[in-house]
Amino acid sequence: MEKRKERLDRGIKVRTEGIYAISSWRGIAYVAFPTVAFVLGLLIIPIAVSSMAWQKIIIFACIFAFLALSFDFLAHFVGIVCLGGAFFTGVGGYISGLLNSAFGLPIVFTIPIATIGGASICTLFLLPCLPMRGIYFAIVSLMYPILFHRVIQALDIFGGTDGLPGLATFPNIWVELYLILPMIIILTFGLRRLVNEDFGMVLRAIKDNDQAVRASNINITWFKTKAVFLASAVGCFSGAYLAHLYGWVGLSLFALDFSIFPIAATVVGGVGTLVGPVIGAFILTLFSEMLREFGPLRVVFYSLILAGLVILNTGGLVPYLERKYHQFEHWIEI
Amino acid sequence: MNKDVILQVKGVSKSFGGVKAINHVSFDLFRGEILGIIGPNGSGKTTLINLITGFVKADSGMIFAEGRKLTGLPPYKIAGLGVVRTFQVPRPYHSLSAMKNLVIPLYSSRIMRTTGGKLGDRDTVALDILEEIGFERDAHVPYRHASTFPEGYLKRLELARCLALRPHVMIMDELFSGLSVSEISSIIPIVEKLQISGMTIIMVEHRVRELFQLAHRVMVMNFGEKIVEDVPDEIIKSEIVKQAYLGVT
Repeated sequence: MEKRKERLDRGIKVRTEGIYAISSWRGIAYVAFPTVAFVLGLLIIPIAVSSMAWQKIIIFACIFAFLALSFDFLAHFVGIVCLGGAFFTGVGGYISGLLNSAFGLPIVFTIPIATIGGASICTLFLLPCLPMRGIYFAIVSLMYPILFHRVIQALDIFGGTDGLPGLATFPNIWVELYLILPMIIILTFGLRRLVNEDFGMVLRAIKDNDQAVRASNINITWFKTKAVFLASAVGCFSGAYLAHLYGWVGLSLFALDFSIFPIAATVVGGVGTLVGPVIGAFILTLFSEMLREFGPLRVVFYSLILAGLVILNTGGLVPYLERKYHQFEHWIEI
Repeated sequence: MNKDVILQVKGVSKSFGGVKAINHVSFDLFRGEILGIIGPNGSGKTTLINLITGFVKADSGMIFAEGRKLTGLPPYKIAGLGVVRTFQVPRPYHSLSAMKNLVIPLYSSRIMRTTGGKLGDRDTVALDILEEIGFERDAHVPYRHASTFPEGYLKRLELARCLALRPHVMIMDELFSGLSVSEISSIIPIVEKLQISGMTIIMVEHRVRELFQLAHRVMVMNFGEKIVEDVPDEIIKSEIVKQAYLGVT
């Protein structure tokens, strides 16, 4: 009996990229496995880790995953390089905090209001910069959090440097975890669906060639506005969530980590994959925790590894895994 | 051909710094005709198109389409009024398949408005339009990424993008440039068919031989000015055109 190797997707792969002709349970399993692994993995992680400390770390990974998703969506599918992560978390956090401390609204109201209201405010501020492209938009979006930080500090409003303490918190860690984890799953696949819908096609077209879109009777500013609103809503949600996680809002919500870290996560995970930034955020957060024992040298190691990833041009973890997954072979009899 | 003016350009001028790119150009475009625009390099042909379609703002002068003023409107609104253009260098959406390239214009407010929301599935409509310009729906061409296309296909895709907007006036900026003779001969029937179906077309062209077969009237430009406007047969005989092209005095 002779045998030869054959790729697993041999029977179901259609010539066009990304299309499969499925006729068996094995085919379904092959195509669905990565998605199922991602979803189950996210849902099981909190149960798998033992200590409360690690569960908290997972929550922070989730917050960075949100920001990374928002960055990846804007950068790869709309062509807007937005470093406004800190701006979004700050605005979302402060709105949520103010509503809770000044008006005593419960969490179920503050987070949704902060998400929508914060996104509206962020979009309004970013609106004048929308005609700008590339690095110019990035610079302006990076200035806003610094600006807000200084204004709050100088005018001593919203609690000034002390922030607003004593906000409502979530009842227990399981609520914290299972509020944010399913949101990540919904958002990842929701965004992936969106960029393949006709609306998302227009956004991708704007990235490819905005002049041709303008010549096609489409108001690109309006479409970019909608995209920025969506991305900032994601960021504001994580800010509002963070406010109630700490039970406190302060100037640290405008910290530049929230702008820079998501980019690193996106680079590690794979640009333009949407799943990649989420995985990247998890890897980087866990990684930076493990490096904690190096003390101040932690940042050095961290930077070296990131620089290495960029220089080696790995293209990200998820594209690499995807390639390998499709190259799996098994023995068949001939 | 009836003498119904569809597009009217009245004394438009545009300077870039000290250079007068367009100097008091006026012409009328009649419904259903093909107007050719020729002229040496740098004579302002593309700038004229940019002025009509709003990509460049005119310093002075007015442009009307079917009685509506175009000057001062942004490009997307002008496209919405049915005056659409192709680009000299094709501008496809590289990361999308040919079919999805057409989903963009089909998503425009002009199409939403004119069809009253009864367009049907955008993908199917896109495939129909691609078939009109010669991309067979059963072949793999409509599903291929635009980045894999040769120049001739991209030019046709540009045409398809315009057609998807159901325009009244199509402005083709050097449709034949950079194409081989066989590629051009595959595009000429498309243009002829459009004209027969009642489309009004402006063709800016360097390929004078092919243009003169198609055009009803030809306008010659030089140094940002219109120097002559006539039927093709008269243009060929014209001394002033020879001077402009060959520099003979």
